[in-house]
Amino acid sequence: MKIGYFTERPVRWVPEEVILQNGAHFGVSNKYFDREKASDEYNYWLDENCYAEEVGFDIVALNEHHGNPFCMGSVMNVEAAILARITKRARILLIGNPLPIIKHPLRMAEELAEIDLISRGRLIAGWVRGAGSEQFFNNANPSYNREYFEEAHDFIVQAWTRPGPWRYEGKHFHYRHVNPWALPYQKPYPPMWIPGTLSPETVLWCAKHSYPYFGLGTSLGPTCDLWEYYAEEAQRNGYQAGPENFGYVIPTFIAETEEKAQELGKGFLFGGGQNTFARPEHTLPPGYNSKDAIRRLAKQPHGSWLGISGEKLRGHTEERKVDPEEVHRKLEPGYKRAQSQYQLIIGSPKTVTAKLKTILAVLRPGSLVVFNVQGPISNKDRQTSMRLMAQEVGPALKEHAKSLGLVDAIERTPGQSKIQPGVKRVPVADKGPLKELGLL
Amino acid sequence: MIKATEETLDIAGARLVMVKGGSGKPLLIFHDELGYPGWMTWNESLAHDRTLLIPLQPGYGKTPRLDWIRSYRDLAGFYSQVVREMKLDPVDAIGFSAGGFIAAEMAAADPRIFSRMVLVAPMGIKPAEGEIMDIFPITIRTHLRATVADPAGTPEFAKIYGGEMTPEQFEAFEDARAESSRIGWEPYMHNPSLPHLLRGLKTPTLLVWGSADNIVPRGCIDAYQQAIAHAQVAIIEKVGHRPEIENSAEFERVVSRFLAA
Repeated sequence: MKIGYFTERPVRWVPEEVILQNGAHFGVSNKYFDREKASDEYNYWLDENCYAEEVGFDIVALNEHHGNPFCMGSVMNVEAAILARITKRARILLIGNPLPIIKHPLRMAEELAEIDLISRGRLIAGWVRGAGSEQFFNNANPSYNREYFEEAHDFIVQAWTRPGPWRYEGKHFHYRHVNPWALPYQKPYPPMWIPGTLSPETVLWCAKHSYPYFGLGTSLGPTCDLWEYYAEEAQRNGYQAGPENFGYVIPTFIAETEEKAQELGKGFLFGGGQNTFARPEHTLPPGYNSKDAIRRLAKQPHGSWLGISGEKLRGHTEERKVDPEEVHRKLEPGYKRAQSQYQLIIGSPKTVTAKLKTILAVLRPGSLVVFNVQGPISNKDRQTSMRLMAQEVGPALKEHAKSLGLVDAIERTPGQSKIQPGVKRVPVADKGPLKELGLL
Repeated sequence: MIKATEETLDIAGARLVMVKGGSGKPLLIFHDELGYPGWMTWNESLAHDRTLLIPLQPGYGKTPRLDWIRSYRDLAGFYSQVVREMKLDPVDAIGFSAGGFIAAEMAAADPRIFSRMVLVAPMGIKPAEGEIMDIFPITIRTHLRATVADPAGTPEFAKIYGGEMTPEQFEAFEDARAESSRIGWEPYMHNPSLPHLLRGLKTPTLLVWGSADNIVPRGCIDAYQQAIAHAQVAIIEKVGHRPEIENSAEFERVVSRFLAA
């Protein structure tokens, strides 16, 4: 099993009430951007990733978001290129490049090839569709989001494998001279691991390509179901899915004591936390979801989340005063609930080890990536969490993973375990521990 | 009472659903970017001496989406084929909002296709001043409410949006938004070449605009007037983007007078 490190690189100086007043992180005015602080922080995030390698993480993972102080990574390939040079051992995992909003797959193929060359083959490429809000930020037509995603991916694979020059005339992308003089170091190209939030369409697409699917802190029960769905499709494509086909990214914060971890772990709630990444109208741009997904959403009983009823929407359109203390009080029960449901893992090394072992037993992922705390938590406390994870929790987890037979996608290429027609496939997840914990 | 019926036509390479009602000379109607809102008082009035033909835009739920249509100009080309195959041309036409954009594109490509053309709060040309409201980063509810100046004082608005939606209505609105976005995302709900292609158009044209329109600014009307020099303008006071239901009497009066001229 591989253990990875991930941080959103949050903007740590923006006043929380500004985010709360805006109703979301996306859309907070960049008049709050501080060039001096940002300069320090971008350098710190690179150093922090080096520290992750130093304390023993196998993987450093990067992402990007746009127009959003939730994450300082706006162009992850820039950071990945620097890490390619200044790290020595860790794999560099991109979770992931938002193909539909970048809209230039040839350039993407070149950038990633260079990163892979500089790192001497440590790149793991990953693709995402981009959050709803990012379609607006980048003026990427959301109705074509999935078509852009699939066409860009197919093009990049060709650009990395088919000797040029050749001409490409697709539906959305056109290149009259494809002949990149930067090809990946890894042959035929870097592994691709795909993060997602349980869109069945993406899960199916991953299974067809035998790409590992990474649940981004998704609820454990539905994640098990979707992973079996993946395994069904894998079987239709002639292989038995296993731990190498799955990964999991989970918000995790560790301190020496339970009390300290609980207090600092509240950083995950900063500005409302992940639930306030973007307002509803920015989360679901037109055409971004499939018709099936829209049908499912439309049948949800109240649906105020989508603005069908007025309550939530009024909250976002009317001027209001926000009291951060009051918001925190309201978030407190959710903070506890998320922990009892294993959506937030916070505590001393002992507590965290036990909880992550349970996640390993349920989801059986080949790779586990821990997502460090958000909010204005000090570098020292962040690094303590990283050190405890890598040096105290990590070895115990790896031992446990070994006993569970959790093989990662580097050790075993996904799709290699062939399955004969008519042979019953093996389940890929185990809901047993969830039943015991009363989480089903 | 005149009722509308729906029929499916095998036409122009598609299975086009057409709402039809009334009797007399055909009057072609292009609905707006949120879809056909239903048969209203103004439809009923005009249907006394005109046959109203309202094609339901491909991709809006009933008429299947045509994958090759990727712009309003493509859509206009498709509708032009429909008009020719039905041997309607020249025909009188009314287009509402993005439906006005469609009609204008059709007239630009084939100046003889319409005998008279009414564009109600039309999108399609970048406004000389102001901006067409960005209807995509807002919820359907916000969008719908922004289309009328006084939702509570507009009884027929309740037929379009009564405060809550069934899942079916929600899905239909999402279909409409997705298709509008597919063909109108960029440039946003306009075509930079349209004003140039409209120059010299001889088709008698009426531009209708509500003085409290939140969606399409007066600048769009000014831009259309610059492109079609002879176009007449009817401003209906104190109404928004749906003058046909916000002040249907005045709307019927100006449109009927223009079509009868």
